[in-house]
Amino acid sequence: MPSIQPHHVINPLIKIENLCKSYSLEDANGRTIMNQVLFNINLTINQGEFVAIMGQSGSGKSTLMNILGCLDTPTSGSYWLSEKNAAALSGDELARIRNRSIGFVFQGFNLLKRMTALDNVAAPLLYAGVNRSNSRRQALEFLRRTGLENFALHQPNQLSGGQQQRVAISRALINQPALILADEPTGNLDSQTSREIMSLFAQLNRDQGITIVLVTHEDTIAAYAKRLIRLKDGHVIYDKNNDRSLRTQ
Amino acid sequence: MNLFSIIGEALRALRQNRLRTGLTMLGMIIGVAAVVLMLSIGQGAQTKINQSIAAMGSHLFIVVPGATSSGGFSFGSGTIKTLTINDAHAIAELPSIGATAPVITGTAQLNYAAKNWSTIITGTTPDYFAVGSWKMESGATFSESDLRSAARVVVLGSITAKNLFNDEDPVGKTIRITNRPFLVVGVLMAKGQSLTGRDQDDNVFIPITTSERQITGSQFPGSIRYMLAQGNSADDMDIAEIEMVQLLRQRHRISAGKENDFTVRNLTAIADVATSAAKVMSMVLGAIASVSLLVGGIGIMNIMLVSVTERTREIGIRMAIGANQRAILTQFLLEAMMICSMGGLIGVVLGIGGAWLVSQVADMLIVVTLGMIGLAFLFASAVGIFFGFYPAKKAASLKPVDALRYE
Repeated sequence: MPSIQPHHVINPLIKIENLCKSYSLEDANGRTIMNQVLFNINLTINQGEFVAIMGQSGSGKSTLMNILGCLDTPTSGSYWLSEKNAAALSGDELARIRNRSIGFVFQGFNLLKRMTALDNVAAPLLYAGVNRSNSRRQALEFLRRTGLENFALHQPNQLSGGQQQRVAISRALINQPALILADEPTGNLDSQTSREIMSLFAQLNRDQGITIVLVTHEDTIAAYAKRLIRLKDGHVIYDKNNDRSLRTQ
Repeated sequence: MNLFSIIGEALRALRQNRLRTGLTMLGMIIGVAAVVLMLSIGQGAQTKINQSIAAMGSHLFIVVPGATSSGGFSFGSGTIKTLTINDAHAIAELPSIGATAPVITGTAQLNYAAKNWSTIITGTTPDYFAVGSWKMESGATFSESDLRSAARVVVLGSITAKNLFNDEDPVGKTIRITNRPFLVVGVLMAKGQSLTGRDQDDNVFIPITTSERQITGSQFPGSIRYMLAQGNSADDMDIAEIEMVQLLRQRHRISAGKENDFTVRNLTAIADVATSAAKVMSMVLGAIASVSLLVGGIGIMNIMLVSVTERTREIGIRMAIGANQRAILTQFLLEAMMICSMGGLIGVVLGIGGAWLVSQVADMLIVVTLGMIGLAFLFASAVGIFFGFYPAKKAASLKPVDALRYE
């Protein structure tokens, strides 16, 4: 296909058109009221970008993140991920996309309790149909890449915050996704560990070309990204390349 | 999605909460053990009854003389001596009847050496032993010629033999019945209790002729207490009954419209009633035990619902890393089913153990069949699927974004 297209057209990884999201709530009188969180969002993110989405709480950045991660569906508009309209897919197809194309890193790490780091990292492969011994072998390899091979048999509560987040990153990477979504990944970490985690993201983006979308409210964290998007009250109010990106230093 | 991996996840989840898993399983264990135990007790009762029926003799009729009435009072069956030895001989000639055995009874004092014993004395014909399915422990029954000559020979029931002889072999010895010497020709094998609970082994048998002339005597010579008649086949029991009634009415010159002066009872029908009563008992016991299985199932549902709520975040994480609804449903359903089938397995073992204990302690016949084990196990698994499905469905239908946000 690329051969018949003009060479300057790059198919975007993410293309969002006129995306709106509203929630229905019940007020005190039992009437249903609609609460719109996102208004006509238009956004294109290309393969290999490192984007930080910023905004105050209530700005809609988490809602946008959930939609990007196929954890939630838009009320209207379209969300194209790798040329598939996620707004029109079934629950099973969305699960498949989350499994194969997206890796999540959360603020609270969200590791499975009472499971070893190794099994946590291997878990996505379980749902991809890979057998246990194969998935464990791969999981160990990914733990090695984040420097945690000696902690493979530790459970999350035996690891520091930074180590837990590295396990989460290994888990996000194991299915070799096109996109990593990181929701306040350093929110629970001290500044030194935060720097280490952000460097890891930057390195993954630079060396492996993995697209990273990061949600944060901290400027120092957003500074690692190459592009900054600011949301306010459900609207995109700023979308520019980050000239002062730490990556360029 | 790989089923084996999901089985592994389910097992891991159960292991993580051993106490809860164990307690939930306990409900299942008790339920299944109760079902196995109750079914085996019911089955044991049924088997016991079947044995009694087999011991009683197959397709039997009992014919008793009719009731007398005097001045408006009716005196029960057998109070009039309308049935005779000749009636028995005539019935034996019917094509649908194989053999008959007339019986007269009385009580008598028996002596052997220094021991004495009082028991029922039955005067009958040699056919009696075949009709009533008696087997010999030692010796033989008395013969037709003993019958003709009214010989003083006696066949002992096993309890009577034990009471008079202890471990001595009675055959060939002479005992005294109401002070007349009788030669013991045989000892019967023990039969145990009859369906009505009467001891069938404490009695002695002598030729009916001897009894009539020398022991019990009779106001009306030739009259009998009752007779046993054996039909040729189970299918012809109704025909045999009609033929007997017709023959006896004819012999007794009962004109049309008058009541019979005798009663014919089909013992097989009585046995059928006993068998179906035992079946009903088994079913009632099984049903009562099933209630505990049901309660166990509700316990599982309760725990699984708590578990789903408690593990909402885990479900969210699993969904985020790619578990679809079916994977979540399968995992939770498998957890419920594993609790049930493991509980079922332990319950079956405990149930069999309990059945053995009951059979030892209460001296009851307990029968455990593979069928009832299978039934209890299947029932337990079905309970698991039934009560596990709703919580599993609830887990699977959570929205990923809501499950992840759950604190």
